[in-house]
Amino acid sequence: MMLMKRRDFLKVGAAAGAMASLYGCAGGGKSSGHVVVVGGGYGGATVAKYLRMWSEGGVQVTLVERNPTFISCPISNLVIGGQKTMEDITVSYDNLKSKWGVRVIQDDVVAVDAAKKTVSLKAGGALSYDRLVLSPGVDFMWDEIPGLNSADAQAKILHAWKAGPQTVALRKQLEAMPDGGVYAIALPKAPYRCPPGPYERACLVANYFKQNKPKSKVVILDANEDVQSKKALFTKAWNDLYKGIIEYRNNSEVKDVDVANNTAILEFDKFKADVLNVIPPHRAGNIAAQSGIKLINNRWVDVNWLSMESTSTPGIHVLGDAVFPAPTMPKSGHMANQHGKLAAAAILNLLAGEQPNPAPVVMNTCYSFVDAKNVIHVASVHQYDPATKLVQPVKGAGGVSAARNELEGKVALGWAKNIWADMLA
Amino acid sequence: MKLFAPLAAACLLATAGSALAADPNLGRNLAATCANCHGTNGHAVKGSGMDALAGMEKAKTLQKLADFKSGDKPASIMHQIAKGYTDEQLDLIAAYFAAQK
Repeated sequence: MMLMKRRDFLKVGAAAGAMASLYGCAGGGKSSGHVVVVGGGYGGATVAKYLRMWSEGGVQVTLVERNPTFISCPISNLVIGGQKTMEDITVSYDNLKSKWGVRVIQDDVVAVDAAKKTVSLKAGGALSYDRLVLSPGVDFMWDEIPGLNSADAQAKILHAWKAGPQTVALRKQLEAMPDGGVYAIALPKAPYRCPPGPYERACLVANYFKQNKPKSKVVILDANEDVQSKKALFTKAWNDLYKGIIEYRNNSEVKDVDVANNTAILEFDKFKADVLNVIPPHRAGNIAAQSGIKLINNRWVDVNWLSMESTSTPGIHVLGDAVFPAPTMPKSGHMANQHGKLAAAAILNLLAGEQPNPAPVVMNTCYSFVDAKNVIHVASVHQYDPATKLVQPVKGAGGVSAARNELEGKVALGWAKNIWADMLA
Repeated sequence: MKLFAPLAAACLLATAGSALAADPNLGRNLAATCANCHGTNGHAVKGSGMDALAGMEKAKTLQKLADFKSGDKPASIMHQIAKGYTDEQLDLIAAYFAAQK
């Protein structure tokens, strides 16, 4: 009943179709059908645009996203550090609608019926699909940190691990903190969203303290044995730039919090902070488990790497942080965008009755700011390996920056502009 | 029609007899892995400081990529990324971008 009439789609899609015909080579068969995409982040927005572009408007796409605008997690640590504003990391869905003919519905998908090929919306009604894409990001496992399992607790002890109101709230807590205070950031065991992100945040908060509250400290409570990404480069930044400000503690998993006292409870220890920032363990966004598709460790979705299709449930493709990662594959926005393109190509082949591309490739780049200007990167390229049926990192390719540098600081902001346009413009 | 000639050439090239080119859209799919930084179909955002690859002569792109791979051309990141693709894949990518207007 909520399905858009085909002629309306054609109307919106006509301009996009005419433009898209300039691009790409048509495959053997023509793709048509209706794809519903759940989640308009780095994965979902990308697959929506590329399905419309590559099918030259032949495939109808409905994107269901709960937020009115896209807010980027990458670059959001610069809002917390005081270099950027929320406006800088917010992008509209308007071009997806008007330029690419994607139907965007602001709502939540509350149920998936894989047999009937329908999804139910929170506001009521249902959408039917030929293929479904879930790009739900992550949800937090609040039960793992019982003290945080209430709205009041979550409003005081922030994660700021989904960009939005929490990003603004953490910045405000840091601004309100008196000089001489302690900011502690706790990160969960891997795998978690954005491996270098917590260490970048520690750097940018320390940078803010160094300039504005020089008696203050940053403590990293890492649940892992060691720094999870760009270890040598981060360690060097902490020693060179933030000696006496940043303290790193490994094997420091937060088991609970004493919310009233702003205290993290570790296995054998407690840690009281003025600003306590706890990133709880997370899992695939809740709709993944609710849809009944196969999860690994009850957390991450098992996918076929030729198509990003669930291994248990044909017709449902899953992207981004929700996926059980292939070897050395990070949970990043960049990688989710690559998943989106892999899935778009495969879905168009499948809708045309063809096999997916047998040799997909994805690659990743993560830039991290260690101060307002200097950046370090990690990069990797992953090729499909028929023997293991996984995308495997290419040996000898990829790597990290030789040293932190300002050139990559400019490149990182250029990366953001281009990837946001690649998804949404 | 003239506008589409390079594109048609790229399509033919993509289907030309190699095992890798089994999917006629392989060049398109591979080039899409570059778009995060270099823009959709190689059209980088103006003023972003990233190289636009759309419409660049194929031989020029291939030479750049070969120099990144060998280390002859200094780079912050491309020397690490270029090594992740086979020469055959880089050929398809360069052909695809050359065909973009």
